[in-house]
Amino acid sequence: MKRSIKYFLSIGLIMIIGLLSTGCGSNKATLNVYNWGDYIDPDVIKEFEKEFNVKVNYNTFATNEDMYVSIKKGGTSYDVAFPSDYMIERMIDEGLLEKINKEKIPNLSNIEDRFLDLDFDPNNEYSVPYMWGTVGIIYNKNLVDDVVDSWNILWNEKYSGQILMLDSQRDSIAVALKKLGYSMNSRDRKELEEAKEELIKQKPLVYAYVGDEVKDLMVGEEAALAVVWSGDAVAMIRENENLEYVIPKEGTNLWFDNMVIPKGGKNKELAEEFINFMNRPEIAARNTDYIGYSTTNYKALEYLPEDIVNSKVAYPADEEIGEVEIFKDPKDFLKVYDEIWLEIKAQR
Amino acid sequence: MRMKWTSYPYILWMIIFIVVPLALILLFSITTGEEGGIKNLQFTLDNFKRFLDPKYLDVLWISISLALKSTAITLLLGYPMAMIIAREKPKRRNIMILLFVIPMWMNFLLRTYAWLTLLGKNGLINYIVIKLGFKPLNLIYNDLAVLLGMVYNFLPFMVLPIYSVLIKIDKSLIEAAEDLGANKIKVFSRVTFPLSIPGIITGITMVFMPAVSTFVISRLLGGGQYMLIGNLVEQQFLWVGDWHFGSAISIIMMAFILLTMAITAKFDSQKGEGGRLW
Repeated sequence: MKRSIKYFLSIGLIMIIGLLSTGCGSNKATLNVYNWGDYIDPDVIKEFEKEFNVKVNYNTFATNEDMYVSIKKGGTSYDVAFPSDYMIERMIDEGLLEKINKEKIPNLSNIEDRFLDLDFDPNNEYSVPYMWGTVGIIYNKNLVDDVVDSWNILWNEKYSGQILMLDSQRDSIAVALKKLGYSMNSRDRKELEEAKEELIKQKPLVYAYVGDEVKDLMVGEEAALAVVWSGDAVAMIRENENLEYVIPKEGTNLWFDNMVIPKGGKNKELAEEFINFMNRPEIAARNTDYIGYSTTNYKALEYLPEDIVNSKVAYPADEEIGEVEIFKDPKDFLKVYDEIWLEIKAQR
Repeated sequence: MRMKWTSYPYILWMIIFIVVPLALILLFSITTGEEGGIKNLQFTLDNFKRFLDPKYLDVLWISISLALKSTAITLLLGYPMAMIIAREKPKRRNIMILLFVIPMWMNFLLRTYAWLTLLGKNGLINYIVIKLGFKPLNLIYNDLAVLLGMVYNFLPFMVLPIYSVLIKIDKSLIEAAEDLGANKIKVFSRVTFPLSIPGIITGITMVFMPAVSTFVISRLLGGGQYMLIGNLVEQQFLWVGDWHFGSAISIIMMAFILLTMAITAKFDSQKGEGGRLW
């Protein structure tokens, strides 16, 4: 009896050691991609795998902060990630990003000029544009009978328990700052405290702070008003025609999500190949069509159905967007933002 | 007793996956230093001091009171349930236990998500309520929903240990009590209940621990408005990236759990027939 236990244990140990040392046992190169949830057409990944005979290891995150921490501290190495403007700025500052070899990305020429050479990454040395959009209010015409044109409506007690906010600190604090008429990149402690008070005042009216669930909740008419990113609004309106998207008159946030190559990735060339692939017009069009967000790839527009290209939500004219701001990295003020957000969330 | 060599793999396992991580959490909780590995860490107790701020103590208090409430409810619901199951004939009893355990084969997250569609404003329950001619109820994103999620998810952890103690109680003890003239209430209060205390203690620990540290239930059913201690730890690790403060909170939470275990262990001085689950 004892001998057989010994025997099985040794076999087991040998097997474990064997498994650990050979890894997954496949010779295919793997590409680790780290993207927002619900932010790509899954078939596109399969097609890339097939065409380049590689394996794509695809992971998702819910907020920029979340992504930043796991790249910086997670002990994981990603080859491609999709951060937004202010986060790209921070990652460049902290030396977390690899310079991109533009010669390897000829499809960069498909990107519209206005999305290139932006403040957070002059000359696009570190990032290649993917999607862009605005932040606004989506509301259900049957449930809201006031005119929705201002952030103020999110503080209207009439809609208590029917308001959804984004579970994302930058975006929610920005809404309060804009309501008060301040810059959403405020670096003034007093202004930020005021924004905090506003959000705490609003909290009893808020139904929930959500991420991607917002789509199900608004389409299912569980709530009347929600703060959303424009692309999600497109996807929601597609499924429920009672919904309408508005950019408040106080101004809003214009944002850009770009593709970057984090340092520590093992496959820089393949990563560049992937970024180039994503910017093929037909591939960019498929992603755009699938997720509803607005592409930065002007050649992709030819492949998209009319109703998307002409959509005022996805592709608003400049005068419709009104006064916009692009997020900047708060740098040393980040701690204040973190603190404020925590206090709002912990408030009962 | 000399340890057999067969125990070495387990010792190795415990060192790698229990001792080392715990030591790291402890190390992080009493140090500070942005990055650059262990060399750059500096000793400090600021992480613990920071926790004494009322806003964090509030979070701790809310977590503990919610966990206590859910433990009490699972006990009140679970004990009679365990008794009912334990009284059945073995064959039916096994089927009932199986039915109880099967939902646990499903992913915990999935089961919690399912409640979203049940409790939502246009969910199944409200659908029935409206059909019956009442106004829709506010069922989700509040204290009650979080509590419900905890009770629902952790109920088996209360029922199973109590059940396993109850079926091991020697029937002749109960018969003896009845022969001596004790009525049903007396038999329960003087024989069955005292003998089942080890199971209750195990149940309480096994419900209280996950309930006080949960972050998924409070986020999904609380709609992100409920900052419990688990959410605070999650936030520090995943979003803010302050592993030192996050570790300090974890240590404080562990201290609380150890404290409750010590208290419950005191009640457990009778040392029953070894009916503990582990």
